[in-house]
Amino acid sequence: MSSINAPLVIVGAGHAGGRAALTLRAEGYRGRLILIGDESHPPYERPPLSKGLLQGTVELTGCSLCDSAQLDELDIEHLAGNPVKNLDPQQHRLQLADGSWLHYARLLLATGGRARLLPSVPEHLPNVLYLRTHDEAVALHDSLLPGARLVIIGGGFIGLEVAATARALGCTVTLLEAGPRLAGRVLPERLSSVLLEMHRRQGVDVRLNVAIEAVQGSTRAEAVQLVDGQLLPCDLVVVGIGMQPNTELAVAAGLEVGQGIRVDAQLRTSAPDIFAAGDVCEFRLHPQGVFQRQETWRNAETQGRHAALNLLGGEQPFDVIPGFWSDQYDWGLQTVGVIANTEPTVSRTTPGGGFLLFYLDAEQHLLGACGWGQGNSVAKDIKLCERLITNHNPLSMVALADADVSLKQLLRN
Amino acid sequence: MTDQWIDVCAVGEINEEDVIRFDHGPHTYAVYRSADDEFFATAGLCTHESIHLADGLVMEHVIECPKHNGRFDYRSGKALGAPVCVNLKTYPVRVEAGRVLLAITV
Repeated sequence: MSSINAPLVIVGAGHAGGRAALTLRAEGYRGRLILIGDESHPPYERPPLSKGLLQGTVELTGCSLCDSAQLDELDIEHLAGNPVKNLDPQQHRLQLADGSWLHYARLLLATGGRARLLPSVPEHLPNVLYLRTHDEAVALHDSLLPGARLVIIGGGFIGLEVAATARALGCTVTLLEAGPRLAGRVLPERLSSVLLEMHRRQGVDVRLNVAIEAVQGSTRAEAVQLVDGQLLPCDLVVVGIGMQPNTELAVAAGLEVGQGIRVDAQLRTSAPDIFAAGDVCEFRLHPQGVFQRQETWRNAETQGRHAALNLLGGEQPFDVIPGFWSDQYDWGLQTVGVIANTEPTVSRTTPGGGFLLFYLDAEQHLLGACGWGQGNSVAKDIKLCERLITNHNPLSMVALADADVSLKQLLRN
Repeated sequence: MTDQWIDVCAVGEINEEDVIRFDHGPHTYAVYRSADDEFFATAGLCTHESIHLADGLVMEHVIECPKHNGRFDYRSGKALGAPVCVNLKTYPVRVEAGRVLLAITV
């Protein structure tokens, strides 16, 4: 059984797991701390993988949470390339690839996910690439040569950000999306529309409502064939059709798993002393809400930290307002709170050609907001929206629609 | 090594409780005006991932990075918690004849 001297163990050395480890030390935990991951790199943040790192303007050190020397200094034992084979919740122990068993006092599962594979695309073709890790980003960067004909499968954020970066690097880009609009699962129509317009203006051949028949070529992908018979010759294929959460370990151990590892408000799984955080964690934003996962920087950062506090005996519920951003070309979108992929309640235009969309409930409380603007220009307003959501005061729709009324003023009314 | 005062902008070009970006040569700064009408300056880029802070939100004496919610007290440059852990460099500021001036060391 668990012993007071057993270590705290984190399985998954990505952003959430890494943040949890650093938080444990920052909060004064002095006991043994083991961080187990697949990749050899110290924990890093993933957003630059499809932007700066892919373009070659940012290096791994620019998105790392810490370096190896800091891990040593903090006495965080980083076991890389040594994935966990078994989890035995009753005995509070894990089995590593070399067969050895490791006892834990408490365990955090931050196993993240892997790129979802498209069945019609043969995996072994060397010029069919996915993007989930640093090493995959470097491999993709090296393939994005000027004039290369790139076909991107998937019009979500990975596909769109890769398209923008590949255009900047001088590639010819065709982007294929199965649905009727871009990032349609998470974004409202208006944002999908401006993204479509921008990518087409930047020379991306965006095709919506397309289905793929096959990728042709025996040793290399030579063309992508669509169901309607069209053939798109290519030098390179990037598949960005979502993430598959790494739940296998939890499933085999008998933990409650839905689309991810299920947790309660304190981020505790169904097994004693086991917590979950990050992309793999399925949680409820409200006690009566639906279970959901959030594949975002913000979720990894805040859940990683929160899980660490509760590993140390904290009892606080996780109640961080969700949000995400995406940068494409020199424009950016940001969201906060719960935005539906339906029509917003009210909107306003912002200086420089951007806009904000607000989602309100029947009592005119702000539930969520999203915006679009040049660079990071939308950030101030989105941060103010976060505070308006927290304040939970009824808001005037007329004021929200009026670009001359500052949101800061509404916050202080 | 001497301080050189350089002209940033007119006082009225920065709103109260707000920030602007100021580029000078290869350097970029964030220049702040507090709600009680004092002026401050820090390095322009967040110490976390080199994002321009001037796109962030100023509330009271705190600037919040536009991307990752890293927070700093702009008067001292002090980082107020993860994901930021390295403080911002600060620079002397003074107001003269309605102009905001920033001291850089040359």
